[in-house]
Amino acid sequence: MTQGILIAVVVLGVIGAIFAVVLYFVAQKFKVIEDPLIDEVAEVLPGANCGGCGKAGCRAFAEACVAQGNLDGLRCAPGGDAVAAKVAELLGCATEAGEPQVAVVRCRPCNVGEKRRSNYDGLKSCAFAHSLYTGEGGCPFGCLGCGDCVNACLFGAIKMDAEKGTPVVDETKCTACGACVKACPRSVIELRNKGRKDRRVWVSCINKEKGAEARKSCANACIGCGKCEKVCPVEAVHVNNNVAYIDFNKCIACRKCEVECPTGAITDANFPAPVNKEKPAPKPAAQPAQPQTTAGEATVIEKTTPTNTQN
Amino acid sequence: MKLLNISGSPHVHSDESTKKIMWRVNLALIPMLLVAIAYFGLNALLISIVSVVWCLLFQWLIEKFIMKTPSTISDGSAIVTGLLLAFNVPATKEMILLVGLGALVAIGIGKMSFGGLGKNPFNPALVGRVFLLISFPVQMTTWPTAGKLFPMTLDTVSGPTPLMLLKEGGTEALPQAWELFLGHIGGSLGEVSALAILIGAIYLLCRKIITWHIPVAFIGTAFVFSAILWLVNPELYVDPVTSILTGGIMLGACFMATDMVTSPMSKVGQLIFGAGCGLLTIIIRTWGAYPEGVSFAILIMNAVTPLLNRWCKPARFAC
Amino acid sequence: MKTFKMGGVHPEENKISNDAVIEQMPLPSQVVVLMNQHLGAPATPVVAKGDKVKVGQLIGEAQAFMCANVHSPVSGTVTKIDTCKDIAGIAKPAIYINVEGDEWVDTIDRTPEIKRECNLEPKEIVAKLKEMGIVGLGGATFPAHIKYSVPEGKKAEYLIINAVECEPYLTSDYRVMMEHAEEICIGVSILRKALGVPNAYIGIENNKPVPISVMTEMSKNFQGIVVEPLKVKYPQGAEKQLINAITGRKVPSGKLPIDVGCVVSNVGTAFSVYEAIQKNKPLIENILTVTGKKIPSQHNYQVRIGITYNDIIKHAIGALPETTGKVISGGPMMGKAIVNLDAPTTKGASSVLVMDEAEARRNPETNCIRCGKCANACPMGLEPYLFSALVKNGRIEEAQKHNILDCIECGCCFFSCPANKPLTDEIRLGKNRVRAMMAAKR
Repeated sequence: MTQGILIAVVVLGVIGAIFAVVLYFVAQKFKVIEDPLIDEVAEVLPGANCGGCGKAGCRAFAEACVAQGNLDGLRCAPGGDAVAAKVAELLGCATEAGEPQVAVVRCRPCNVGEKRRSNYDGLKSCAFAHSLYTGEGGCPFGCLGCGDCVNACLFGAIKMDAEKGTPVVDETKCTACGACVKACPRSVIELRNKGRKDRRVWVSCINKEKGAEARKSCANACIGCGKCEKVCPVEAVHVNNNVAYIDFNKCIACRKCEVECPTGAITDANFPAPVNKEKPAPKPAAQPAQPQTTAGEATVIEKTTPTNTQN
Repeated sequence: MKLLNISGSPHVHSDESTKKIMWRVNLALIPMLLVAIAYFGLNALLISIVSVVWCLLFQWLIEKFIMKTPSTISDGSAIVTGLLLAFNVPATKEMILLVGLGALVAIGIGKMSFGGLGKNPFNPALVGRVFLLISFPVQMTTWPTAGKLFPMTLDTVSGPTPLMLLKEGGTEALPQAWELFLGHIGGSLGEVSALAILIGAIYLLCRKIITWHIPVAFIGTAFVFSAILWLVNPELYVDPVTSILTGGIMLGACFMATDMVTSPMSKVGQLIFGAGCGLLTIIIRTWGAYPEGVSFAILIMNAVTPLLNRWCKPARFAC
Repeated sequence: MKTFKMGGVHPEENKISNDAVIEQMPLPSQVVVLMNQHLGAPATPVVAKGDKVKVGQLIGEAQAFMCANVHSPVSGTVTKIDTCKDIAGIAKPAIYINVEGDEWVDTIDRTPEIKRECNLEPKEIVAKLKEMGIVGLGGATFPAHIKYSVPEGKKAEYLIINAVECEPYLTSDYRVMMEHAEEICIGVSILRKALGVPNAYIGIENNKPVPISVMTEMSKNFQGIVVEPLKVKYPQGAEKQLINAITGRKVPSGKLPIDVGCVVSNVGTAFSVYEAIQKNKPLIENILTVTGKKIPSQHNYQVRIGITYNDIIKHAIGALPETTGKVISGGPMMGKAIVNLDAPTTKGASSVLVMDEAEARRNPETNCIRCGKCANACPMGLEPYLFSALVKNGRIEEAQKHNILDCIECGCCFFSCPANKPLTDEIRLGKNRVRAMMAAKR
């Protein structure tokens, strides 16, 4: 009995010893010498492996940083400036503070629910629906509502609003990694600067059709009338290909364009009060642009949004 | 006018559905149920009903409270699992209770834990059966003898099955081949009558729910392999005809191994799968600790199925 | 009985408009002629706003290699040159013409007399096909002059005429064979001459016994035309499957039929070739089936290209039934669902199929039960279930390795799937992704 136990112990012990020796030599032989800095950098990264930086994951990003020695052209959007500063400190290089960004949906389709014009019955994928036809609302540029962006978001920051038919971005969760931008076959989503106090204004339409055609597709479409372009005090708005675009680097979030927009295509976020759309003129939409109204608008805005920083 | 529907082509669909397939399998199982009731009476009926009810209940509960998805019990797959599980246990009164436990394991672990119908790697009924066999070896290997037809009593007289006789080394007391074919022998509910199994299998073949590949490869390999053993030593090993008619080979080959979810998709894969099942069955029967090896053989081959799917590709039209 | 070797399904045939004789569709008040009615680049408009045009006058010229001429289907005034939304709602360049009278270009021979002799050389035939804007009418609308210019170093051995019409519901080819058998045979002879092949094979499925006998009788008057009855199986009309059924050859992956010495044309194309070569009539009309189980009457029409689907429906059945769920241009297996009924018809249009809600609606998708029916049905020997999983998980390179690009999008996989998975949709998406990936790599 004792002998049996002894034999088992000895045999197992010897096997263990042999393996230990083999393992030791193998480990020596195949040792990979890696810069310990990579581990340190990887440690401060968010670890979401979202791929927003264009690398295969956080570790690949860390490797690229260390190989390069600086952060030029490399930015971890989810980590933002805080992570960039930490990584720069580890690398011993300088970093420029980037403007924090957020994903913004540039579509507000009006033909949803009861008003839609066809019923999509195929594969629930925007990319496929895009290759097939215009979309349930009839706009060839608008959101298809199948949720490719929702599936692409690793942070659970995008939800589909069933009533509106468009995605809604939860800006507390959005890290501006850009996965949704890549997923959207129609480029409806754009990364834009968050703006001062998170307040921002954008054109929520990218329909390049001529005004009349665009209005046929959607009541909220940008018709490229150019009123916003004229009213903008800082030349941030430009109309190209029948659609207005607000340059977020120039925009001062005064919302003058939003008041002026005849179709309500310009949207804002995080302003304490909704913009006052009442105009001094009785029927402004039917009339051509009235240059003298701009001064009046400015006062209206100041009254309704006293906290808004005007320049 | 209603809205026009838009989708990619094709715009028509065959009338096939998962539901139809499962209900047809249930229909194919009815001859076996009738034979089981004829030979084992009330016990067989009760075990089958209890097993099906538990399977449906467990699936409903799991979908409602754990997975929180719409219920799919109407697709009939839980009934298939319930019936097959019942067909794989002996018709004793203990089993009326124990089969519920088997149903929980079959549905809960065998099927729903992987995400429900279509996602399970192993045949759920066999998972339940093997669980019972390992946990309750005595109850699971106490078979009632088939006595007079339609016995309406819960108490049964237990007796050896042909395979147990074989395991004990005797080939003299075996029933005749025709007895085996009609199923007037001891054994699990569904496996006794080869005739009833064949009726169901032919129905499934006609409905194109199964193809001939797995059953033929399974039974063929078992036949050939046991024939080789028999030729080597007819004293020790049973003749091939008896071998394939006893135990669960027929039931396993026609209904368990052909389960779409857990068997390979290509024809070549199915032939290898069937042959593997046949070979393993005879190996376990001959040299293993258990008298019957069909369940284990099929489960082992189920584990190989993803590999077979990867290796055995259909022939391409254009290379 | 010959058929292709692998896969295939047998959908309900529903050829309910077989006996409807071809009628002439009256002219509408306006037509819209799209500039890309064919595979390839759009044609360039060669008329201006306000121009008067005649029937058969060239209005869009092919300037790119892969392009076809477009002719005016009506006479009248060009009102604008703009874009027009096609059946999918996508804007395409188009010419709008107001119809005034019905004045044809003088060179077109409009007499009913059948002209059998053709003295043109093969090169002249191809040039005339190009001039007349002939495209394949089988669905792909491949420009005919490119198909019949056999590239250097390749040799055509077989001319195969596709009269299979394996799609359910469609009967335009059936009617053309019944009413224009002689013209078709002349057209086939011309194409045979253009290619310089000894024999042309007309493949017809044996669910069309009358056209088989009509064509067989007629082909006896012509040299080198063989009518080949085929066993009914979808997708027999697919180019690669038809070649396999008739010649036993297989077109390799990524190659064209000409690589195995075959050229395939639709029977409707043969008819338009006759009209173009013998009668100088460009491709301005085609035969169109108006069918559906729940519509009051079944029709086959000869229609001018550019008439809107709404006009056709209005003339044929008045209005769509209340229960309409889907309107399809083409057959139910490979046709396109129409979202915009104001879109004009094009050269390749073959039917207006009206399906009611119950027939059109897809059943909800359930879990894959790995039955392998999709792989068994696939005429290309692919594994649709695998593509479905790979595409869903973004494993595009693997999908490419498993030859997703071989898929001909016939729809057999979705058709046979008991779990109602939109397999064909997923594969199409996967193919798009693979192509995008390949383009990015280049």
